[in-house]
Amino acid sequence: MNRPAWIAVAVFALLPLLGIGNYFLHLAITIMLWSFIYTSWSIMGRFGLVSFGHGAFLGIGAYVTTMLWNHYGVTPWIGIPIAIALSLVVAVLIGYPCFRFRITGHYFALVTLALTEVVRLIIVALRDVTGGSLGVTPDIALAGGQSFSLVAIQFAHKEVFFYIALAFWLFGLYVWRGIDHSMMRYAMEAISQEEDASESVGIKVTRTKLLITMISAALTALGGALYGQYQLYINPDTVSGVALSLQIVFAVIAGGMFTQLGPTVGAVFTLLLAEGLRVALGHEVHGLDSTIYGLMLVLFIIYMPNGILGKVLELRARKAGVAGAAKA
Amino acid sequence: MEIFDVFLLETVLNGLLFGGVLALLALGLNLVFGVIDVVWICYAELMMIGMYAVYFLYTVHHVPLLIAFVIGIATVALAGVALHQFVIRPVLASEPINQLLVTGGVLFFLQAAATLAFGVQFRNLGLALPSVTLGEIMLPQSRIYAAGTALVAMLGLALFLKKTYLGIAIRAISQDRAIMPLMGVNPSRIYLITSAIGGGLAGLAACLLVLQYDVHPAIGLTFGPITFLVCVLGGLGNMLGGFIAAFIFAQLISIGGFFFHIEWGYVMAFVFFIVMMFIRPQGLLGKKR
Repeated sequence: MNRPAWIAVAVFALLPLLGIGNYFLHLAITIMLWSFIYTSWSIMGRFGLVSFGHGAFLGIGAYVTTMLWNHYGVTPWIGIPIAIALSLVVAVLIGYPCFRFRITGHYFALVTLALTEVVRLIIVALRDVTGGSLGVTPDIALAGGQSFSLVAIQFAHKEVFFYIALAFWLFGLYVWRGIDHSMMRYAMEAISQEEDASESVGIKVTRTKLLITMISAALTALGGALYGQYQLYINPDTVSGVALSLQIVFAVIAGGMFTQLGPTVGAVFTLLLAEGLRVALGHEVHGLDSTIYGLMLVLFIIYMPNGILGKVLELRARKAGVAGAAKA
Repeated sequence: MEIFDVFLLETVLNGLLFGGVLALLALGLNLVFGVIDVVWICYAELMMIGMYAVYFLYTVHHVPLLIAFVIGIATVALAGVALHQFVIRPVLASEPINQLLVTGGVLFFLQAAATLAFGVQFRNLGLALPSVTLGEIMLPQSRIYAAGTALVAMLGLALFLKKTYLGIAIRAISQDRAIMPLMGVNPSRIYLITSAIGGGLAGLAACLLVLQYDVHPAIGLTFGPITFLVCVLGGLGNMLGGFIAAFIFAQLISIGGFFFHIEWGYVMAFVFFIVMMFIRPQGLLGKKR
C-alpha cells in the first residue's frame, strides 16, 4: 500500500476515539465485516469462478463456531479454526470434482447454488440443535457487568469490534493483493480464458483453481464467524441460502469485481443505500429500498458490468489517455 | 406392516403428482434456455406475478376463476416478453455469466417490488379443493390437476414444436443460431415469441400452484432453486430430460420427507443433484458438452 492509503487508514482508525456514536460505529463495523466477506468472494470471482454458493461457507463459519460454544463450551478461539477447517473440507469436496470434470460458467454457478441450499436446509432441519429458522444467539458471557470476555470473544463496547473488523478488512485486502502479485494470478487468468491451452503450457489447472477456492472459502467462513460474534444473533437466512449468496455476488458486481477495493465500494454503496433509504423513507414503506436496489443492479449489469469503481477507473484512464495524447 | 405400506404408497403417489408440478415449471425454463441460451434465474418470480394476478382477480375483483387464470397466464406471458425486450436483449452479446446475473437482479427487483406493493402477508384463494380418496389413500385434487395439466402442456408444446412452421423455426434457431437468419427467419421475433411462451408456461404453473400454496413475495425462493436444478439435472434445454428429472427430484423429496423430515427430503435431492453433476455433468439426457 502507498503512503496516502496508510494515512487514510490511520485517520479512519482514529474515528472511534472522536466519539462518533454507536450508530455510526455500528455502520462502520458492518461495512468492514461485509467488505471482508465480499473481498473473500472476489478472490475467486474475479477469475470467472462465479460462485452462487458462498452462503455455504459463511453459514458453516457462523454456525459451527456458535454451536461449539453453546453446546460444548468450546471457545471461539478453537471453534473458529474448526469452522474454517470444515469449510475447507466442503470447498474441496465440491471444488475438486467440479474442476476435475471441467464444470464451469453457468454450471459451476448452479452447483454452488445447490450447495448453499444444502447448508441452509441442514441448519433448518437440525432445529433441535440449531434453533432452526428462528436463528440462535451465542450464549452471552458478559454476565455481571463485565465489559468483555476474551474467552468468548464478546465485547460490550463496539470500539473493540471496530478495530477487529478493521484488522480483518485490511487482512482481506492484503490477501487479495498477495494473490494479485503472485504467479497464481497469471495462471488463473490463463485458465479463465482457455483451460485446455493453459494445461498444455504446464499450468496445473485443477490444483490452482482448488487452491484459490480454498482460500476464498476459508476467508468467507472466518467472515461468517466474525459476523456471528459481532451480531450475537445468526439465522439460516442471514448467513446461508440463495438470497444471501446472491447478495454477495451483486454487491461485488455493483462495486467492481476486478479491482482491489471494488468489493469494499460495493459494501459501502449497498449498505449506505439500504440505510439511507431506510432512514429517508421510514419503516412503513417495506421493500422500497430493495426495489430500487434490484433495479440498480439490473442497470449496473447492463450498462456498467465493471462496477462503480471499475467505471471510475476506466473514465480516469480515458481522461489520462486523452490528456497524454494531447501532450504528445 | 400393512398400514405402513399404504402410507408409503400414498407418499409415492403424492411424489408423482408433485413431479408433475416441477415438470411444468421446468418446461418453460428449458424452452427459453434451449432457444435463447439464457437461464432466467427470476423464472419463479415471474410465476409469482401470475399467482398475485390470479389472487387479486379472483378474491378482490371477483373474476370467475377460469377467466382469472387466462388473464394470469397472459400477464406472465407479457412479463416474459418485457423481460426479454428490456433486460435480456441488451446483454445478449455479453458474457454468459452476465446474462445469468442480470436475471438474478430481476429476481431481487420483483421480490422487493412484490413486498412493496402487496406486503409480506401470505395470501391464499381461500378455496380448498377436496381430496380424492382411493381406498385408504388420499390425494389432493389440486395436485392431480397440476400433474395432468403438466402432461397436457408438455404434449401440446411437443406438438407445437414438431408440427407448426413457427415451432420448426424455433427448433431450428436453437440448433444453429448463425445460419437461420440467412434462411429468412428473424431471430429477434422468434426470441420474443419464445419468451412469451416461456412466460405463459410460468403463468400456467402459477395458476396450478395458487390452488395449493399461499402466495407471498418470497415464494420464488421456494420454487426457483429446485426448478433450475431440475433443468440442469435433465440437461439444460432438454425438455424430456427435465421431465424425467422432475419426477426423480419429487420422489426423493417426497420419500425423504416421509422417512425423515421434509427438509431432509430437499437435502437428499440437492445432494443427489451435486453427485449427479459429477457423474453426468451434461445432464441425464443432455448432449456431451
